[in-house]
Amino acid sequence: MEIFGIPIQALFGQLLIGLINGSFYALLSLGLAVIFGLLNIINFTHGAQYMLGAFCSYLLLNKLGVGYWWSLLIAPIIVGASGMLIERLMLARLYKLDHLYGLLLTFGLALIIQGLFRNEFGSSGLPYRVPAELTGGQNLGFMFLPNYRGWVVVTSLVVCLVTWYVIERTKLGAYLRAATENPQLVQAFGINVPRMITLTYGFGVALAAFAGVMAAPIYQVNPLMGADLIIVVFAVVVIGGMGSIMGAIVTGFGLGIIEGLTKVFYPEASNTVIFIIMAIVLLVKPAGLFGTQK
Amino acid sequence: MSTSPLSANPASDGSRAQLIAFAVMVAVLLIAPIWVYPIFMMKVMCFALFACAFNLLIGFGGLLSFGHAMFLGSAGYVSAWCAKSLGLTPELSILAGTLAATLVAIVSGLLAIRRQGIYFAMITLALAQMIFFFCLQAPFTGGEDGIQAVPRGKLFSLIDLTSNTAMYGLVLVIFLGAFLLIWRIVHSPFGQVLKAVRENEARAISLGYDTDRYKLFAFILSGTLSGLAGATKALVFQLASLTDVHWTMSGEVVLMTLVGGLGTLFGPVVGAAVIISMQNYLAQFGAWVTVIQGVIFVICVLAFRRGIIGEIAHAIRKPL
Amino acid sequence: MKIRQVLRSSIAAAAVALAWPAAQAQISDGVIKIGVLSDMSSLYTDISGRGSELAARMAVEDFGAARKGMKVEIVSADHQNKPDVGSQIANQWYDVDKVDAIVDLPTSSVALAVNEITRKKGKALLVSGAATSDLTGKACSPNTIHWTYDTWMLANGTGNAIVKTGGDSWFFLTADYAFGHALERDTEAVVQKNGGKVLGKVRHPLNTQDFSSFLLQAQASKAKIVGLANAGGDTTNAIKQAAEFGIVRRGQNLAGLLVFISDVHSLGLQTAQGLIFTETFYWDMNDQTRAFAKRFAPANRGIQPTMVHAGVYSAVLHYLKAIESSKTDDGSKVIAEMKRLPTDDPLFGKGSIRADGRKIHPAYLVEVKKPAESKGPWDYHKIRATIPAEEAFRPMDQGGCPMVK
Repeated sequence: MEIFGIPIQALFGQLLIGLINGSFYALLSLGLAVIFGLLNIINFTHGAQYMLGAFCSYLLLNKLGVGYWWSLLIAPIIVGASGMLIERLMLARLYKLDHLYGLLLTFGLALIIQGLFRNEFGSSGLPYRVPAELTGGQNLGFMFLPNYRGWVVVTSLVVCLVTWYVIERTKLGAYLRAATENPQLVQAFGINVPRMITLTYGFGVALAAFAGVMAAPIYQVNPLMGADLIIVVFAVVVIGGMGSIMGAIVTGFGLGIIEGLTKVFYPEASNTVIFIIMAIVLLVKPAGLFGTQK
Repeated sequence: MSTSPLSANPASDGSRAQLIAFAVMVAVLLIAPIWVYPIFMMKVMCFALFACAFNLLIGFGGLLSFGHAMFLGSAGYVSAWCAKSLGLTPELSILAGTLAATLVAIVSGLLAIRRQGIYFAMITLALAQMIFFFCLQAPFTGGEDGIQAVPRGKLFSLIDLTSNTAMYGLVLVIFLGAFLLIWRIVHSPFGQVLKAVRENEARAISLGYDTDRYKLFAFILSGTLSGLAGATKALVFQLASLTDVHWTMSGEVVLMTLVGGLGTLFGPVVGAAVIISMQNYLAQFGAWVTVIQGVIFVICVLAFRRGIIGEIAHAIRKPL
Repeated sequence: MKIRQVLRSSIAAAAVALAWPAAQAQISDGVIKIGVLSDMSSLYTDISGRGSELAARMAVEDFGAARKGMKVEIVSADHQNKPDVGSQIANQWYDVDKVDAIVDLPTSSVALAVNEITRKKGKALLVSGAATSDLTGKACSPNTIHWTYDTWMLANGTGNAIVKTGGDSWFFLTADYAFGHALERDTEAVVQKNGGKVLGKVRHPLNTQDFSSFLLQAQASKAKIVGLANAGGDTTNAIKQAAEFGIVRRGQNLAGLLVFISDVHSLGLQTAQGLIFTETFYWDMNDQTRAFAKRFAPANRGIQPTMVHAGVYSAVLHYLKAIESSKTDDGSKVIAEMKRLPTDDPLFGKGSIRADGRKIHPAYLVEVKKPAESKGPWDYHKIRATIPAEEAFRPMDQGGCPMVK
């Protein structure tokens, strides 16, 4: 059976691949949405921090013999901590100013981090093997799904939903959201707002690093792996609605699927389709699909 | 939008300091090619024009665009293609390139102006990325190769521009002309309204100004002049390539303007000269250039927001 | 009588005075300056990069320039794979820094740009890194020699060999830019000429991270061979992910059309085993290449020389020989002399340079060893066949080079 000249089996295969790619978009835009939605900072460094996560796991494996499973835990903590340092030392000074300065600062930091790593490691990719427990795959009939890719989808979904739940449905999340609306009032209630902000930034960064660790076995670990990806993720966040957590998750997965379909029918446009969609969404609903006019 | 600290100095009409600065700039541009490699000077002028055009939008209009490369690059491609494939004379090629940039500015402006602040920046970035991928795919741009061996041609079918001296003269005239145009715009009623919108948009609206129209117009103007820089640059280097539409180019023009001084007239010129010189000098060190640019960004944002000319203007308490 | 004598001696003196500069070597400002223009920080840094600079210096040393009283200087720069950066550096080198010849140039788009500039300024260009066969085709120039390899050689070497051993149905994964298109076009022609079929092709953007969707299409096509018309990171990515999706395990074979030993090294033999491709130099081929590698690798961070490095060495050596013999470093004249003299160096053996600027030498069909077959790091290739020099490169009359009409 065929749809538009593509056998339905192949179509399912592409949809699944799209879902897998969408997992990365979702994780990264979730991190960005958390940071922006709660802190009003555009974190241009997000792509570099994703790369740092991947490199962290590479270095952990090759210098300390620490494997993938531990890296999933350790790398986000290390990179998240570095993020918190950035927030404390640099970003915090810019809160009184126009938010665009935060964008410029994180842009500069991204240049520094990527440049330093390029100097040290060159631009060709470094190998990182799929963990032994996840090699091999399942024959699903319509395609052969490597186990690792299935793991990526499941984990991202879980992480995304847990994060969404924490922010939208728990007390901690409520404090966070209140703190961005009216920090002084919340501080008056005895809650340490600056610390919460720092931890939130660290969490968003940790999400990026987590995505990086997951990407290491399937994409090349190279210093520029986040550079072009970050712009796509920005587009995802704009489409989803810049402050909306659910928007980022849904759009991330959705866009992965759309991109996958484009690769089948018209692969040359697979890079541009997301920006075209962004332009359309902006015309029709400037606040984004799930966003509210702030 | 609340008062933006991105605004730097209040402008007054043609102060003496500005006239002196202009005279110095012209003198330097006339004399320098004797010692300094003319192609290097022309590169500086093209990027200075690009930065001045960018500054029009952010320094005087308060809108940060992160996608200005789309104007520089698309104008460059059209200009190069006209000169090479259509065999047009240089002034027509440059005109064609500039018009192409205007078109891009109109369309992207209509889409982007609806939002402000960070949203505006993000949208311009994404639109520029779309243009990048279009340039990557379109057959006439030559993809990764770019358009090479672009003939400089004869200006008005009379003056052969193959010699660097003749080309330098043309670039100088274009740069100074555009610079004076920007100067005039900034000091005109339009410029004043623009600054009012930047300082307090709500107030400007309440005074009856259609702020969206003013912002759109400033955006189109900025894009057009950026296109002029790009179209000229394509003839100087006889090459149009993907570098000019890549988002890192958008970042570079932000850096140049920031270093030189947002909202000053001469800041972008100085900023462009500094950054281009640095890139040239450090070219042999490869990736260190990126790191150093990042460091300059960070330092400027944290501690040096006024930029070079901004600091000087602040010290002498006169706008520059 | 005295006047006539004086006149004769003055004429004689004048003649000697006029002839004297001609007798001296006409080296511009007394220095032969060679510029190594390469990718020092990005995609191709291991294939060429600093290694090319090293190869050039070794050539100058082995030529014995110092002994012969010739002053040779080497400068280098990073073109970052961008035609505008490369053009700028070339212009500045030629106009301001008095560079006489530029060598290496990986990345076809930069090579083409510098080719034009070199022709305009009458200097010399020795290309080792770039692949585009247009350099000896429609863009051929009396100031350029194309060393090492090109897309036609790759397509014919690999394509021919694979089709003849039963790989007669192909699916192409092509990088969507000029080099990828050229490679796909040339290989498709070879496949069809040998009676094979192309079942499908898909274009992917340059620097693609994820090939899963394209590999799935390749699998669905059921072609025996999945041809990778790309290079660098794209090739290694595609090969890595092909292993993940079990492409080879499930009965298809990969044909890498442009693979270097550094790619094999970064993939590891486990993943890369069985890969077939064509190259013109391997460090472990004979005693002379091994001797070169022994000097080269320790000074190059342990990385063995690739064919690009070997090409730079060979080109610079021959360039200096040509200068010595023609006593000038004027670009067009030296290139002409280089074509006149037959080449001979320890890395490529004996060879020659054609009128269209194409350097001719044998090509080797190579297969990557299985991990068990390899005796240690960098022992990766086994040579399956040798393609003689006359057959390895495109016949001169088929290139469309205006100089050869």
